[in-house]
Amino acid sequence: MNAPHKKGQTWDIHGGIHPPENKTQSLGKPIMQAAVPAQLILPLSQSIGAPAEPCVEPGEHVLKGQLIAQAAGFVSVPLHAPSSGRVTAIEDRPIAHSSGMSAPCIVIDTDGEDRWGERTPIADYTAVERTELINHIRNAGIAGMGGAGFPTAVKLNPPADKPITTLIINATECEPYITADHALILERAGDILQGVDVLTHLLQPARILIGLEDNKPDAAAALRDSLRDRPYQVIEFPTKYPSGGEKQLIEILTGKQVPSGGLPADLGIVCQNIGTCYAIKRAVVDGEPLISRITTLTGNALKTLGNTEVLLGTTMQTLLEAHGWQPTPQSRLIMGGPMMGFTVHSANVPIVKTTNCLLAPTAEELPPPHLAQACIRCGMCAEACPASLLPQQLYWYSRAREYEQLEAHNIADCIECGACSYVCPSNIPLVQYYRASKAELRERAEEHIKAEHSRQRFEFRQERLEAAEREKEAKKAARKAAAAKRAAQKEASTPDGDNSAATAKQAEIEAAVARAKAKKVGIGQPAHSDDNEVGN
Amino acid sequence: MMEFATEYPFWVAVIVLLSMCAIFGGLLGFASIKFKVEGNPIVDQINDILPQTQCGQCSYPGCKPYAEAIANGEAINKCPPGGEAGIQALADLLDMEPIPLDAEHGAEAVRTVAYIREDECIGCTKCIQACPVDAILGAAKLMHTVIADECTGCDLCVEPCPVDCIDMLPIEVDLQHWAWELPPSAEANLIVTDRNPRVSGEAA
Repeated sequence: MNAPHKKGQTWDIHGGIHPPENKTQSLGKPIMQAAVPAQLILPLSQSIGAPAEPCVEPGEHVLKGQLIAQAAGFVSVPLHAPSSGRVTAIEDRPIAHSSGMSAPCIVIDTDGEDRWGERTPIADYTAVERTELINHIRNAGIAGMGGAGFPTAVKLNPPADKPITTLIINATECEPYITADHALILERAGDILQGVDVLTHLLQPARILIGLEDNKPDAAAALRDSLRDRPYQVIEFPTKYPSGGEKQLIEILTGKQVPSGGLPADLGIVCQNIGTCYAIKRAVVDGEPLISRITTLTGNALKTLGNTEVLLGTTMQTLLEAHGWQPTPQSRLIMGGPMMGFTVHSANVPIVKTTNCLLAPTAEELPPPHLAQACIRCGMCAEACPASLLPQQLYWYSRAREYEQLEAHNIADCIECGACSYVCPSNIPLVQYYRASKAELRERAEEHIKAEHSRQRFEFRQERLEAAEREKEAKKAARKAAAAKRAAQKEASTPDGDNSAATAKQAEIEAAVARAKAKKVGIGQPAHSDDNEVGN
Repeated sequence: MMEFATEYPFWVAVIVLLSMCAIFGGLLGFASIKFKVEGNPIVDQINDILPQTQCGQCSYPGCKPYAEAIANGEAINKCPPGGEAGIQALADLLDMEPIPLDAEHGAEAVRTVAYIREDECIGCTKCIQACPVDAILGAAKLMHTVIADECTGCDLCVEPCPVDCIDMLPIEVDLQHWAWELPPSAEANLIVTDRNPRVSGEAA
């Protein structure tokens, strides 16, 4: 296990599938440039983390590359104007999300000039402070371009006690149909490697591995040709879906597994997508924030298939129509690939930082899913699972809503790759079960935190009320004591005569009562009353 | 010594047993003082499951008192905000059979948050006094408002309001909280008429 491994050695991951690749349709042509649309719609939330906060007003004129929304917190990315124009609204617009819901967006009507604002390249990034360079990347609004959209700058700040020894560049692109990274490597390998240089400078890893599947030898060759004297290893490994998952790629290239619930940084590894490296190069060397991306347009419902460089905020409708989209009522539009992508409810939603592919298939090409049938317990899902989970058990527990069992079976480690659903002979939408269960678990955790918070507030309030009550009681007692004291003082200060007169009166009454009693009983016992008088 | 032991084995046994009793009794006594558990741990575990809305629908003045009552044998089905899931969790904890929610104490409803129509608020502070988690901000003769993040949706503030300006609004699902639904069970698809009620209607 600990023996030093050969250079370029790879490991195999558990499970995995070999779906039809369908990648050739969108390859073979140079990357196209999409036209600047008349209107750009920019959702404030384009990555994992908090939505950005707008810093422009409707009516304001903005230049290309100008900051229009600031990051709101550590795990958040800012947003820039993809072209020059006027901000017309900041309002809710439909966005690309499986829910079909709307979210706050900045709407820009472009002026057609496409005029750049100030660009801030760093001439020599080796000369600037580390934190300054990371901030520069953060301010360029870069989020993971592979699909998940994790803010890149966060990954570049590993905890001090976990030094990074290995930098992995993910050029796998294992999902069928998608070729955005492939096309990017073929045309701009040199730029990508410049981005890797920046990452290498920031993280100072001992080794840099660029991993890609062996179904794109031309891309590997392009990278190797551009390497020159850089010490990076370009490693090819057998094609298998989903080897492009972060944890899967790490296992393939290093033989190490990221612990459950852990991060690659725990193993001293940082993993970045090749598109992210390109965006970093653009940000640092050219001073251009992330305002465009390469998106694969594919599917038989399109006339011209291929990769296109498109401004963020362009609506899918505009882009697809430019490529001869002929939708039919049955056909779907999928953002992402056929395995992990999702159907968008309307084409009138904008391209965002994570839109690596638009798949517009005909109904014959990607028919609607078959009806699910009963599980026959064949176990093929467990063989296909790249995370070595037990999908069938997770399925039963999801159906029975046994959330403790789901946690015990590590549902959190599911990467939702869809390999289990793909091999299921009963066509059970397994991933949907896991997504629903994961969401429920997340909600429960959130509710538990909220309940704990409410309990503390309730108990604090109870304590406060009790304290107030006690204080009130104490004040009351103090007032009483003070009154008694005052009375006693008053008594003490009044002349003696008064006092004795009062007691004499009391004694007289008592004596009278006693006399009356004595009369009743008989005569000859007046000594009792006399006693009383003497005593006082 | 040995002579005594061989001569009176019965008394030796009695002495040994008595001294052991004394030692272990002392140990137990010491442990019961040294490792004394404050309060009843089961109450805390029950309280952990209860939703902490402090709404009082269970007829106890808060979740902790209800937790104490459950520990003393009260029924576990009196908490509508906790719902069936809460009853299930309580049943698991207490090793009981889950029972359906007691309708007398209300039905499981969507989570709500209190909202004060601020134009109508007269600043009487009655809702502030009623709120069990201090989620209402305001002062006498000044407008009050609800801190939505702190509100548990218990609706205890609605009734004391003299001008009836508090609404309980359902919490709307936002993008961050939207989630996939569990798909309909596969077996339900097996029979065509189960899948499509219209077909059965035509057949009938």
